Amino acid sequence: MKEYFWLIQFLFSIVLAPLLPGIISRVKAIFAGRHGKPLLQGYFDLWRLMRKGEILCQGWPFVLAPAIVAASSILALAFLPLGGQTSPLGFAGDFIFAAYLLGMGRFALMLGALATGSAFEGMGASREAAFSALAEPALFLAFLIFSSFCIDMGHFSTADTGSAFSLNSMLKGQLVLAWHYGKAPLFIAPIVLFILLLAENCRIPVDDPTTHLELTMIHEVMILDQSGPNLAFMQYGASLKLWFFASLLASLTIPPMDFLPATLLWLGQIAVIGVLVGLVESLMARLRLVRVPHLLGMASALAALALILTQVS
Amino acid sequence: MNHLQFSLQQTPSLADIPALAADTFHNELVDMIKSGRLVLAYFCIPASDGAGELFAILAGENDLCALRSEPLKEFESTARECPQTQLFEREIHENHGILPRNHPWLKAVRITPDAPGKTHDADYGFYRIQGAQTHEVGVGPIHAGIIEPGHFRFQCYGENVLNLEIALGYQHRGIEKMLMRLPAFDSINQQRLRLVECIAGDASVAYATAQCTVWEKMAGITQLPPLIQRVRRIGLELERLACHCGDLGAIAGDTGFLPTSSWNGRIRGDFLNLTASLCGNRFGRGYICPGGVSHYPGPAECQDLLGRLAASGRDAIGSCNAMFASASVRDRMAGTGALSRQQALELGLVGVAARACGVEWDARFQFPLSYLPSYGSRIRIARDGDVLARAHVRFEELEDSLNLVKMDLQWLAENPGEDKKGPANIDLQPDMVGVGLVESWRGVVCHVSITGADGNLAACKFVDPSFHNWIGLAMAMRNGQISDFPLCNKSFNLSYCGHDL
Repeated sequence: MKEYFWLIQFLFSIVLAPLLPGIISRVKAIFAGRHGKPLLQGYFDLWRLMRKGEILCQGWPFVLAPAIVAASSILALAFLPLGGQTSPLGFAGDFIFAAYLLGMGRFALMLGALATGSAFEGMGASREAAFSALAEPALFLAFLIFSSFCIDMGHFSTADTGSAFSLNSMLKGQLVLAWHYGKAPLFIAPIVLFILLLAENCRIPVDDPTTHLELTMIHEVMILDQSGPNLAFMQYGASLKLWFFASLLASLTIPPMDFLPATLLWLGQIAVIGVLVGLVESLMARLRLVRVPHLLGMASALAALALILTQVS
Repeated sequence: MNHLQFSLQQTPSLADIPALAADTFHNELVDMIKSGRLVLAYFCIPASDGAGELFAILAGENDLCALRSEPLKEFESTARECPQTQLFEREIHENHGILPRNHPWLKAVRITPDAPGKTHDADYGFYRIQGAQTHEVGVGPIHAGIIEPGHFRFQCYGENVLNLEIALGYQHRGIEKMLMRLPAFDSINQQRLRLVECIAGDASVAYATAQCTVWEKMAGITQLPPLIQRVRRIGLELERLACHCGDLGAIAGDTGFLPTSSWNGRIRGDFLNLTASLCGNRFGRGYICPGGVSHYPGPAECQDLLGRLAASGRDAIGSCNAMFASASVRDRMAGTGALSRQQALELGLVGVAARACGVEWDARFQFPLSYLPSYGSRIRIARDGDVLARAHVRFEELEDSLNLVKMDLQWLAENPGEDKKGPANIDLQPDMVGVGLVESWRGVVCHVSITGADGNLAACKFVDPSFHNWIGLAMAMRNGQISDFPLCNKSFNLSYCGHDL
């Protein structure tokens, strides 16, 4: 039965993911005093692109990249407990697997970009590589905070302590209980995850998803030469990745409850996160590129601090 | 005396300017630039059998100097001593085939199929830095977005720009040649003025003013009635308001700061619509006519304009304040694309770019077109020479312009005036040198018309502020970050077609 619930939420995820960028751009439009594009524009775009022809660069990395990006995002999402359910795929240490599934998508994306031989795309790939390497420690430190809580609280579904290193137990009930005990690091972890969400999904202040200036782009420049269904796969993969991080944040505060309220709470929180991202994008300028490592370093430092605090308190 | 010193109001005759031998001309030009004068125009008047007379107009504090050489076929370049002449000398070579000896790099200015100076035409070489770890990035001439064509070649070491080379000329229309073919003045369809207005379409009023003031001076009309001066100033300042407002929005857009970017786009439209109410065209085409302006607003119209101006002005200031109040925007702009005052002076920069480096040069105050009160507006300068400084100068000038337009409209509402003049017939005198200087929103627009003994044009030259400033953008990028280029480019906002003519 539990797996059945999880499957419903997983279907929600893959269907609703293109809606999240729509929410963000609607918030931005309202802030700018514009009406904005329809919330469902993401779906229209995918539909339009899927019916188009495509122009391919030579070389398999370029051709395969979109499929790998979309597939790895879907698979990574399948390891998340989503809205308080249990992923049937979970195992001890699956957080590393999920993180590197996303990493594999990114690697394919960078290879695809390099295969075009364009100076712009090469620069984009080099930026992506540098920044994602800096974002990785923060992500793993954040995961370790949660598993440290799991061990602390001692509530495991099985007797095996190794399951504390599964996303299923990291992002579930135990964490909500920890809020009751006033664990200070729990206030830091969402900040770290939110910075990672912005950085990994190329949002302001790290990247500007709406710019048309190739020289400043990170993510957008790597898909400049993609077209048609391949571009649709890229865009769908990107929105799934955004959903992954939003869901990661949302699941921090979903207590054990019935399926329906849990699902509604989860979807509601993801929408709120979309609004938050929109607010950040409306109120902040983009960081200059040389400052981005400072932001990511700060996220890692915060995560390390939180991890130390979980050990001493 | 090796040169002729005169004021902007005067129209000397070509014979008053001594024709110097090549060496004397060279030394005199270098001396004058070294003593702090700015080269406004430096071109060639074609003489017989492929020779040409070099002709330069330089600006001092409040006076102009004209310098002329004997007809010559080659001359010693001054560009090594005075970098600000390098582009002018390249242009002379390209247009007339007269060779500047020892020029550091005699590269094409524009790609012109029929250029006499064609030695360089076959290989349009770029400066290159070679090495396993350096790479080259070429941007344009076709860009993402609706902007003019221009090619930018970056030599990079990672994200750092070692050198930027800007290749222009894609917009070359041969404006000066077309102007030479048209009659020096034609009052009937004003074909000439229409052409001048589209040299740089975003500074139509400034260009038309430059052309008309030259015509008026050459026909002996030295001082226009205050009514015309006021209406002309409204046109110039509205143009400045619209462009500065749009530029500040574009700068905000490139930093990723959404609110100001969107608001300013709308407010710029409001200012353009004010211009449209006055002359029927949003970009001020047909606003100025020789000897007058095309339309004089009545008192009721002035009140309406004042109301709209106040509303748009309030919005513009609020929107820009939001941008300058945001710490993340200021941090993004500060220190990006910085130029020193020394560099600005050596390169001969003009306009906002120069004033942001602390160079106090604004033709509105040094070479005023009229004796109207300036209502507290002054030369606005900043010190740091970076994107933030350029944005600040724009914002302060925007506030000044708002005030100037407001005061002028109020004056017009109270003084309906009698001297409403439409297009005047202008009779150009032979053997004259007419210089027009107008501070457009981008910088000084210089126009020189020289009539021959028969009263026809012997030479006609337009120098856009962009012609002075593109090199400034290239230098501002040196040792900067390649990802800062779009922001830096927007803060200069130079014209491609104004440069390419």
